[in-house]
Amino acid sequence: MGNILAVKGIKKSFGGVHALKGVDLTIKEGETHCLAGENGCGKSTIIKVISGFYQPDEGTIEINEKGYPVMTPSEAINAGVQVIYQDFSIFPNLTVIENLAFNQILANKKKLVNKKEFRRIAEEAVKKINFDVDLDALVETLPVADKQLIAISRALLDNAKLIIMDEPTTALTKKEVKRLFEIITDLKKNGVTILFVSHKLDEVFEISDSITILRNGENVITCPTSEMTEEKFTYYMTGRHFDTNQNKADMEKNIGETIMSVKGLSAPGFENVNFELHKGEILGVTGQLGSGRTELSLALFGLLKPTAGTITMEGKEVKIPNVSAAEKLGIALVPEDRLTEGLFLPQSIIKNITVSKMDELTSKAGILSNKKVVEESAKWVKDIGVATKNHEFPVQTLSGGNQQKVVLGRWLATNPKVLILNGPTVGVDIGAKYDIHSLLRKLASEGMAIIIVSDDIAEVIATCDRAIVMQGGRVTGQLDGSELSNDSLTSATN
Amino acid sequence: MMAKIKKIDANILRLIMILIVFLIIACVTQPTNFMKADNFRSMAKQMTEYGLMALGVGVCMISGGIDLSCVYIANLSGITAGLMMQSMSTTSSGSGYILLSVLVAILVGAACGIFNGFLISYLRIPAMLATLGSYQLFMGISIVISNGSTVSGIPEGYTMWGTTLLAGIPFAFVVFLICIILLSLIMSKTRFGQKVYLVGTNAKAAKFAGIKNNSVLIRSYMISGILSAIAGLLSLARINSAKADFGSSYTMQTILIVVLGGVNPDGGFGSIPGIAIAVVILQLLSSYLNMFPNISNYYRDLIWGVALIAVLILNFVTNKRKQARLAKAS
Repeated sequence: MGNILAVKGIKKSFGGVHALKGVDLTIKEGETHCLAGENGCGKSTIIKVISGFYQPDEGTIEINEKGYPVMTPSEAINAGVQVIYQDFSIFPNLTVIENLAFNQILANKKKLVNKKEFRRIAEEAVKKINFDVDLDALVETLPVADKQLIAISRALLDNAKLIIMDEPTTALTKKEVKRLFEIITDLKKNGVTILFVSHKLDEVFEISDSITILRNGENVITCPTSEMTEEKFTYYMTGRHFDTNQNKADMEKNIGETIMSVKGLSAPGFENVNFELHKGEILGVTGQLGSGRTELSLALFGLLKPTAGTITMEGKEVKIPNVSAAEKLGIALVPEDRLTEGLFLPQSIIKNITVSKMDELTSKAGILSNKKVVEESAKWVKDIGVATKNHEFPVQTLSGGNQQKVVLGRWLATNPKVLILNGPTVGVDIGAKYDIHSLLRKLASEGMAIIIVSDDIAEVIATCDRAIVMQGGRVTGQLDGSELSNDSLTSATN
Repeated sequence: MMAKIKKIDANILRLIMILIVFLIIACVTQPTNFMKADNFRSMAKQMTEYGLMALGVGVCMISGGIDLSCVYIANLSGITAGLMMQSMSTTSSGSGYILLSVLVAILVGAACGIFNGFLISYLRIPAMLATLGSYQLFMGISIVISNGSTVSGIPEGYTMWGTTLLAGIPFAFVVFLICIILLSLIMSKTRFGQKVYLVGTNAKAAKFAGIKNNSVLIRSYMISGILSAIAGLLSLARINSAKADFGSSYTMQTILIVVLGGVNPDGGFGSIPGIAIAVVILQLLSSYLNMFPNISNYYRDLIWGVALIAVLILNFVTNKRKQARLAKAS
């Protein structure tokens, strides 16, 4: 079979940043091709070039052996290229039917709206992937996985020949990933080609026929998946070798007295949660999206009011009505969504790091010492290795991993006794993930108590001494050190 | 440290350059009328009132909102002080009652600001709507307590401040300068000031960082209310009277000044010195236009409207360039 897509020598610059420095990508018809690379390697840019969203500075695009000197989004769609973006580009305030039928109605240039016609189109769409959903539901009320399937159904309605999925599994639970992979396999049988963009090792190996890896806007390798090993994959992506088998037992473990204990805690989203946290311990809290894990972290940080139960810190029962109360008790939270909850994106790195420590950097008269602020920030930038040329730069100029380090640095600056991290390495590349995990283990060995809330099972295994599993707002399992394994956790969360 | 100084300068430098170019044009075209000490004195008095309000609007805009009610807070405060002075001047002697009236007027301004802040923070009403509503409310209260008429008969012990010169500088302008300096320090050097910037950048992240957003917002609007009250008091002294609908065109002007001064309408960025220079630029422009008898007053709104939109477009373009530069540098 021929190549459905052949792009050659694509270059693209933004201002002075060379996002793509001559990228080639060839996809055979009917295959599932994986495009991998760390954040910022140019994956998203090349997708946007293929879909006509960006005009390349140099290079050629061929679809089905037909050249497109200037690709526009509508040409791309007509040629059968569809992109499922991370945010799915759907209208949350409309119903499933409306979301599915809109494009077709628009494409047919119909001026009037016919409800029956809408329903027919929508029914046809969901049937293509055997997707069982309430067609009259508002899309915003549906789980993330369903939104994704709506986007896929919509793409198929437009006769997609090549579907590009941009990091499709980031917000999905194991079960949902499995369902998505079944759909991908079905699509493949029906002759649809898939370009699967991901940096998650295990998924890439499971689903793809061949792999292209990008690094810093350049091709590193393209080969059939069968010729790739996990070790090579990581090396090609990062250009570094990692000791992936780093053993937790290597670190000195020093689990001390109980620092926090939670009894019968309930709040909207979870109920009757009990656990004890010790000094120097890393406790994992895992479970699917909506299991109450995020709500639990918010309740411990004063952002969600408990309806029952007690929280005890260092032997004293405490109330945590707001964040500053949590801060005074020595509790810190690195939130789930660093872009909206964690960071002041257009503000400087300095301001982002020192915000929670301002009280200490202020004189009695209320004057903030600029010198102290800059020193404090410089100290943390150095300590946790934030890669930046200038601390005055807005934090939005940093990569995902470095942004996460800034949020982490902010809370470490307050010298917390209990550090809670919700999804500490979501959207972070392998190198930074490794750095963050080592840092957390080091902090624990120095006596800090850490709670890692995560649905990334590999992460929980790699870092935690103990884990509690949540499901539907309840704790359904507790696993201690030796019991922590991929199988035990997977079966407990599903 | 150097980098920080340079960064602040970029915006202020641009404003100072506009100011100088404008002064040169004025010198060349209107050398006799414009370049007179008297003209500058009268400009200094006029700019003080809306200048103070612009500072308040600036703080609110940096916090991510806006204050459309400041003109009416000023009028309400002025009327309150005027009525108190009127009724007490017959029974009291000395200047104690004048001081008392001034204090009460400032408290009224602060209370109005706190009310705005309460609507915006605790009740989460968009600032634009909350202050549009309270604008009507404050004007309504002013009309009721003044019976819809001009409050006059202000004792001379107070109105003399409207003509006092300190080393040749009008008293009102000295008050304005003190407010500029104090507010600059508050916004750039204190913990509270930094919090205003951060809440204005991302209120959700501010909450997660342990900032008490509601208290920061209420204090921001309170500052705006106090500055407006001072403006109202100065206007009471200057024109010997107060009226419920005095200076209604100032609302628009304060917003123009704040945006010209480099405050980001989305919040989080902007500086008090920038606003202060923008006040001067606008007053010069306004007085300069007055010197041409053939430009009728009918054109004023048109000119301010065009100016505001032009400044917004200019800011959009410079911001885009700045983003591109940053992308290059990182």
